[in-house]
Amino acid sequence: MAEAVSTGLLAVVLIAAVVRPWGWPEAVIAAPAAVIVVATGAIDPHQALGQAERIGPVIGFLAAVLILAQLCDDEGLFRALGRWLGNGAVPPRRLLARVFAVAATVTAVLSLDATVVLLTPVVFAAAARLGARVKPHIYAVSHLANSGSLLLPVSNLTNLIAFAAAGLSFPRFAALMALPWLAAVTSEYVVFRRIFRSDLYAPARPEPAADPIGVPWLVVTLLGATMAGFVVTSLAGVNPAWVAAAGAAALAARGLARGQTNPRAIWRAADGAFLIFVVALAVVVAGVTDNGLAGALQRVMPSGSSLWALLATAALAAAAANVINNLPAVLVLLPLAAPSGPGAVLAMLIGVNIGPNLTYTGSLATLLWRRVLREHGEEPGVAEFTRLGLLTVPLALVAAVVALWTGLRVIGG
Amino acid sequence: MIVITWIVEGTWPACVDAAGAVAPADAEIVLLHVTGGEAPAAARGAYAGLMGRRRPERDPGARVAELGAVSARDLLEAAAGRLGRPCATAERRGRTEREVVAAAEGADLLILARDGDDTRLGPRSLGPASRFVVDHAPCAVLLVWPREVPAGPLPPPPGPGHRPPLRPD
Repeated sequence: MAEAVSTGLLAVVLIAAVVRPWGWPEAVIAAPAAVIVVATGAIDPHQALGQAERIGPVIGFLAAVLILAQLCDDEGLFRALGRWLGNGAVPPRRLLARVFAVAATVTAVLSLDATVVLLTPVVFAAAARLGARVKPHIYAVSHLANSGSLLLPVSNLTNLIAFAAAGLSFPRFAALMALPWLAAVTSEYVVFRRIFRSDLYAPARPEPAADPIGVPWLVVTLLGATMAGFVVTSLAGVNPAWVAAAGAAALAARGLARGQTNPRAIWRAADGAFLIFVVALAVVVAGVTDNGLAGALQRVMPSGSSLWALLATAALAAAAANVINNLPAVLVLLPLAAPSGPGAVLAMLIGVNIGPNLTYTGSLATLLWRRVLREHGEEPGVAEFTRLGLLTVPLALVAAVVALWTGLRVIGG
Repeated sequence: MIVITWIVEGTWPACVDAAGAVAPADAEIVLLHVTGGEAPAAARGAYAGLMGRRRPERDPGARVAELGAVSARDLLEAAAGRLGRPCATAERRGRTEREVVAAAEGADLLILARDGDDTRLGPRSLGPASRFVVDHAPCAVLLVWPREVPAGPLPPPPGPGHRPPLRPD
């Protein structure tokens, strides 16, 4: 009974999160669902409270990073990146290499949200300005938002959730994920160069643009200091979320003083309703996993940290991310992967982070998402995107897991 | 006589020059550009993946679609400027290769550029889109090299793979 109720509620919450009926925030459906899960006794109130205590600080961390990204945009960081991408007589092949470098770095430092929302239009504008065909570059940004999000805990919400639970420090996470990140990005690049060969051979505009790039050095320095701060606080046993908050506060103070932003814009970047949504989702997911799903998954979840176990874990995680979405997938799989140690948790993250390149949002959401696109009068082009995913995802997954396994043997789990 | 000139990013100047050279003075030249829906769709799709944190006003797909419309207009304007004689422009949206074939219906000539590897003579000089258009065009086609015709050997003699198989008996 409890299992049926929780499963049904999870389905309702996930569908509502994709469709967003009447434009409601996702929390409007998710919060009552979480209350019902607790009220029907599917999980006990203490456990629900435990979920909230675990997830709350993670979302606070993400909110600080999202504010930081928005303020970097206000300060002109993304405009400068766009000018650099389109600067000089850049042939399309070199533009693709630049797009890969920028998208992988922005995703790693400022999270995939920043890449999707803030970098995508900038890349489009730069490609159009160069007279290049935009498709390979836009596909590259949307792919790297996922596969470029392996490096740091702040790169992806999935990493933040798992990082807190896996007992890894910030620098240790980065050290173990550096090779997988490079391997994933490189394998994507190799496939892109081949698939989009004909678009990338087309000549670029003959007359090069040479606008001054105008690097906002203050923002770059502050981001560098924030990254260093993550390492230092993490080693000192302080929650690195405070560093993100401090970085965001410093830029916010400057932005407010100069009239570039206002408190309302900052609050909107942080997205308060999102906190409630994720906590509610975690409670509903716990209702499902504690009432049967965990036992069922335990039987298929590999244990240990051999190369085969890591590959199987990543494959299972990628499949889960494609069936539902990577956010609920990580909530389901984390408690199962954690007992096998950091290697298994990181392999799971490789799966849930790279996996979405196959169907963007999980297949459930993709079905609904195609409907959204038709409302906008756009042909989804799912066949081409899926073909690209089929070529890149397995290769990137295997390359990243092998790199992780190598790192674990060199650095130690 | 109606001459459709397919304007594609990167390779369009060669097509415009060819249209100017071959179209008779009384021909109607139409500069055609097609905006594929892939870029806004990819941006919207990636945004849809950010479960729980989508707000309609932040959707990058809308911004990308806007930028696409502006860049298409600029491109057609630049092409008309380069042609330097009266012409019509047409902007279509949808599956690029199919839209081009549909637009060529009733035309006398379609001018397009090779969109593949143009650094050497060979089979890779046509990409998937221009391959489709050449195969399906309902009119005469003028296929131009986007840059100068690459120097290079004419088709090499058949390699070992082309020899008839040896039969042991």
